[in-house]
Amino acid sequence: MTATLTYDLAHLIGATVLMMGFALLYQRRVSSVIRIYALQALALAAAAAWQAYIQDAPHLYLTAAIALVFKAIIVPLALSWLVRRLGMHRTIETALGIGPTLVIGVGLVALSILLVLPVTEGAAALARESLALAMSVLLLGLLMMITRRNAVTQVIGFMALENGLLLAAVSAQGMPLVVEISVAFAVLVAMILFGIFFFRIRERFDSLDVETLDPYRGDRP
Amino acid sequence: MTALQAANPLLWLLAAPLIGAGVLFLLPHWRLAALTNIAVSAVTFGLSLVLVGQRPEPTALLFIDDFNVFLVVLTAFVGLGSSIFSAAYISREGNAKRLAPPQMRLYHAMYQAFLFTMLLALTANNIGLLWVAIEAATLTTVMMVSLYRTRPAIEAAWKYFILCSVGIGLALFGTILVYMAAQPVLGAGSQAMAWTAMIGQAGDFQPALLSLAFVFILVGYGTKVGLAPLHNWLPDAHAEGPTPIAAVLSGLLLNVALYAILRMKMIVSANDGAMDPGPFMIAMGLSSLFVAALMLYRRRDIKRLFAYSSIEHMGIMTFAFGMGGALSNFAGLLHMTMHSLAKSAVFFAVGLAVQTVGSARLSDIRGLTVSRPVLGWGLVIGVVAIAGLPPMGIFMSEFLVVASAFAQQPLLAVPLILALLLTFGALVMRLQSLAFGEPSPLLGYPVPNPWVNGVAVAPMVLHLALVVIAGLWLPPALVAWFESVAAMLG
Repeated sequence: MTATLTYDLAHLIGATVLMMGFALLYQRRVSSVIRIYALQALALAAAAAWQAYIQDAPHLYLTAAIALVFKAIIVPLALSWLVRRLGMHRTIETALGIGPTLVIGVGLVALSILLVLPVTEGAAALARESLALAMSVLLLGLLMMITRRNAVTQVIGFMALENGLLLAAVSAQGMPLVVEISVAFAVLVAMILFGIFFFRIRERFDSLDVETLDPYRGDRP
Repeated sequence: MTALQAANPLLWLLAAPLIGAGVLFLLPHWRLAALTNIAVSAVTFGLSLVLVGQRPEPTALLFIDDFNVFLVVLTAFVGLGSSIFSAAYISREGNAKRLAPPQMRLYHAMYQAFLFTMLLALTANNIGLLWVAIEAATLTTVMMVSLYRTRPAIEAAWKYFILCSVGIGLALFGTILVYMAAQPVLGAGSQAMAWTAMIGQAGDFQPALLSLAFVFILVGYGTKVGLAPLHNWLPDAHAEGPTPIAAVLSGLLLNVALYAILRMKMIVSANDGAMDPGPFMIAMGLSSLFVAALMLYRRRDIKRLFAYSSIEHMGIMTFAFGMGGALSNFAGLLHMTMHSLAKSAVFFAVGLAVQTVGSARLSDIRGLTVSRPVLGWGLVIGVVAIAGLPPMGIFMSEFLVVASAFAQQPLLAVPLILALLLTFGALVMRLQSLAFGEPSPLLGYPVPNPWVNGVAVAPMVLHLALVVIAGLWLPPALVAWFESVAAMLG
């Protein structure tokens, strides 16, 4: 196994996660967003497994397994079921059109690269570029939460953000507690899905931007 | 090793609320559960006092030093006071059948689970563990905020959940960056996440990476502190949940999130090449102060009013710690303590007032000193305290913040004073109609028996007494303690 192959493959998988982050932004149907998210989780599982192999860190296989079983299979199935069961909108309502969103997305990726590469000069090349990829995925997830109006897409945006975080965590050489952190996130996501089902949250109540007011603020005359 | 661990008082401190949460989850009878809740909180408080005298050696995951031991004691104390108030509050809600037994079981279990996460976050040595604890705190409080299952409560919980999840997501990214900065120096593994190991070697970390990390951590945990512009979840979460939760959110959770930021600030400050964290904290502190001061005038809901006041006070603390220096840090620590005590007392009074009057709208609550003298005057003293009037402890800490601002950055003192005056005006204006004048009809729950009434006001009286005493006389031992911690904070 040559060093270049190690590097290239890690890069390829990381870039796949990022590409899926972009693909999430231009979907028009909820069902396809869920499918793309499953693919992103799959790519994340591959990234974690590959890092487990090259870092010789067996506990990362556990993170990969959690990503594969929970995020790539259970969560997408549960979400599709929720959409059908609660009769949610099948099309995506956008707060910002798809074109402008993609332009901002490209800007965010450029920002991450410009920000991360100079500050990590001492670190290994693999780690710094993974970090730039991870930060891009994180910011794209945040962008999705802000610009898409459905409750489901908001949740998927959060989970995409979390995929970016896990990509950073598995790429950081020998970082402890990665498994615990992925479990903590799994619990968080499970709670969110449970909350959607239990409280029948069809549309999101409130967006991340402060401007949108809604009638249930309880603070009116 | 196991014998040594069994003797570690830190583990006992964490075990008490955790076991308590498990027991309370199984306990079917809610009156008994409320009493058990008090008992467990009392045990936790007792164990926290043990730590003052006896400091166990730091382990890879947990540690205790001068800084966090004072917050541990404060957290356990406010947790105890709130559990007493909670018993009275819950008994009225239970009598009125507003809460079903399963909900109350969940509530009590989550109360102790929340205390556990707070204490774990405070005593965590590993910054990853600190993050996990704060994440778990979000989960436990979301359950309590959504307890009433009304549409506004669910909306508040959802907003809180989503905003704070994003916040802790960003904080985790910052934590990973800190690890990457530390890893070349301390080697891969848990050493590079242990705060005690990092603080000694922080000078050798990569400065630029550390600076980037701090920005993520400040924004991420800042969401939980309620710093503007990420404060949006805070008023709703305070207003829609049960009032004891508003008291522990303001009194404990915001402090702990600020504590997490301060620990990171200490590492960044120890590195000469990294940016100065001060200006960022000063900017966020001042913006929170102004946002809160202006929003206070437009509130119509009593719990939201005091929630905005919490944002204001967290802004003052962030400003003080951002400025740094012995005097300013001292003022920040004192303010943290006083605000926890005073604000939880105010929420105790507010909870009882809302239950008595039967409405949370400010226009419906009038003349409390006439209709309910103890409650009314308690609220008056509490509001006077948080408005920063002498002779209360908060007056002293705010005075010290202003004085050190004049000494270090006179220009910053001007907006600070302006914002303080604005909040003062808003609170005094509200207080007049709340406390004095023609009393409003009491349409809430009927007068409970005197025993429950006494239990309900006891923690409020105790907290306020401490705030008043601290304003008049601070024990020299406490002053020396705060001084040494202030020096540690740099």
